[in-house]
Amino acid sequence: MTTLSNVKLSLSALGRMTLSPVQELGKITVFFFWGMVHIVSFPLQVYKIVEQIYFIGMKSVFVICLTGAFTGMVLGLQGYYTLVKFGSEGVLGAAVALSLIREMGPVLTAIMVVGRAGSAMAAEIGIMRISEQIDALETMDIDPVRFLVSPRIAAALISFPLLTALFDVIGIFGGYLTGSVLLGINPGIYFSRVESSVIMKDISGGFAKSIVFALVVVTVCCFKGYFTHLQTEGFGSKGVSLSTTSAVVLSCVLVLITDYMLTSILL
Amino acid sequence: MKTPLIQLNDIHKTFGSNKVLDGITLSIYQGEITTIIGKSGGGKSVLLKHIIGLLEPDSGQILFNGQPLSGMKRPERKTLKRKFSYMFQGNALFDSLTVCENVALPLKETTSMSDKEIRRRADEKMAHLDIQGIEDKYPSQLSGGMKKRVALARALMTDPEIILFDEPTTGLDPIRKNAVLSMISDYQKKFGFTGVVVSHEIPDIFYISQRIAMLNDGRILFEGSPDEIQRTTVPEIRNFIYGYEDQKDHTDKRHQPYVERRFLQEMVRLQNHHITFSLVLFMFENIDKLCEHAEHIAGHTVIENLAQKIRSKITITDSCSRFGLNKIVLLISNADISQARAFCESLASEIQGKDIAGFKHNPDFCFSISVGFAQATQDSSLETLLETAESSSKPFYATSHT
Repeated sequence: MTTLSNVKLSLSALGRMTLSPVQELGKITVFFFWGMVHIVSFPLQVYKIVEQIYFIGMKSVFVICLTGAFTGMVLGLQGYYTLVKFGSEGVLGAAVALSLIREMGPVLTAIMVVGRAGSAMAAEIGIMRISEQIDALETMDIDPVRFLVSPRIAAALISFPLLTALFDVIGIFGGYLTGSVLLGINPGIYFSRVESSVIMKDISGGFAKSIVFALVVVTVCCFKGYFTHLQTEGFGSKGVSLSTTSAVVLSCVLVLITDYMLTSILL
Repeated sequence: MKTPLIQLNDIHKTFGSNKVLDGITLSIYQGEITTIIGKSGGGKSVLLKHIIGLLEPDSGQILFNGQPLSGMKRPERKTLKRKFSYMFQGNALFDSLTVCENVALPLKETTSMSDKEIRRRADEKMAHLDIQGIEDKYPSQLSGGMKKRVALARALMTDPEIILFDEPTTGLDPIRKNAVLSMISDYQKKFGFTGVVVSHEIPDIFYISQRIAMLNDGRILFEGSPDEIQRTTVPEIRNFIYGYEDQKDHTDKRHQPYVERRFLQEMVRLQNHHITFSLVLFMFENIDKLCEHAEHIAGHTVIENLAQKIRSKITITDSCSRFGLNKIVLLISNADISQARAFCESLASEIQGKDIAGFKHNPDFCFSISVGFAQATQDSSLETLLETAESSSKPFYATSHT
């Protein structure tokens, strides 16, 4: 009897463990759907979208330039010492550009924005939830998802590809700095390799990734903040801290998983 | 029989293992202020959140004009929601928006009004609530009382039909508290909205409410008029109401039950020792207009000033108490009606021509106080004495035109 009940308990625990992520995924999907629908619902929230573009995009420019430059420089450095062993250091430009445009640009941009803007989104919305500001919106007949989430999704859809493009360009120049200026590869060869190796499919693939990452990052961060009050491990400010942490971790993990899936589709 | 605007039928709500509402049945009538009283943490705010639809009951039904909320379609619910406004216990102001943006938000987001018109309305509401000059400040830069008034201004912005107030006066000083209560009452009379107030301000809240409901152990223990609750003999209710009163200073003679207690004591003296006494009723005629012309605390200030004048002239056996929103009752012990009149003539000569209001009043507006007298007999009741005094009232004081 005891063995049977133990089996039953284990099975139900397994069931709960399986169902819980599925339910969470379902909730996130519905949340994302409503957020997307309200982007185009009238009246358009142009001012709020511009405000969010400034917050997500403009304020991230410096950090993107910095990380882009150093990523490109490291790629240039590592690439040179690897390629020189095979006497093919001339293709460094192609290696740096393709690595950045196809993979590192979209992924690192998304991760940097998660750290800078995503965590802020989760914390801000989480605090609004625990201080009943979201309830207040509902009582005023203002749709909280439309008011808080839709402008952020729209702004991310615009900002992410632009930031990714900036990251790529700065990264390619970073590679040039180490490859040509520091290690002596002919600049003409570096840039001609960049030009000849990169095709439009690489660029559109990179942008497609950045758009998907934008949706993933904003949806996850806003979702975690929005449902802060449902945190079971902690309430109040601790709940907000947990939501912010889980928003950042989950966003980064999902960016990497989605990147793999998209790469396998796009290649 | 009146049909309730909002009817709660057997509402149950449990959070985890904590049963908060255990079969709430309550009627809220149109155009009335219904106050919900009860112990802290007893589920009053949860009840309000059920009424506005922020929380769904585990079981039971909420009806609006006889129509169940759960059966309403999305557009119907949306239309209904627009009739509501909610003032949160913790204010729920948007901390990243300025005061003006907070107040204007409901109209800005839900109407197509021009920014200029929204700003005009916001300024008007802020002026009513005496919160001008802080438009560009953020909620974190305001005091608790100011935050309350900003939240109240925001709740009133859409001129809603039903307003739910969750402890609107908590954290306010006594003068501001009375001003907010007067303002709720004034607005209710002016716009005729239906109000549901959660409050601990006993007995002040009784003066502005038409109905009182007491929540105890997740159930409605009492539902009725303020008079009925004050006369009830149910020990739990009496303990709750008078328990609050006992904590207060009895020399603060503003509590209606105090008048009743003093009246009963005087009646005992009259019946046993034939010591007569008289009742003097001071009525502040146009206190609503006074609040409109001056400010919301003006009414309270005038009543307090006159009460102080009276207290300085009465003896230790007399008693002076505020009665309702705009009356003062004076019980003069061992005095017949002519002595009571003489007392008032003396008082009138002292205050006539003086500014007892203590504020700058509009020269076109004349504010007046009338006075009525009644002498107690062996079989008098407080009600009959009050009626006699009210029916025989004569002018006592008026602000002079300039």
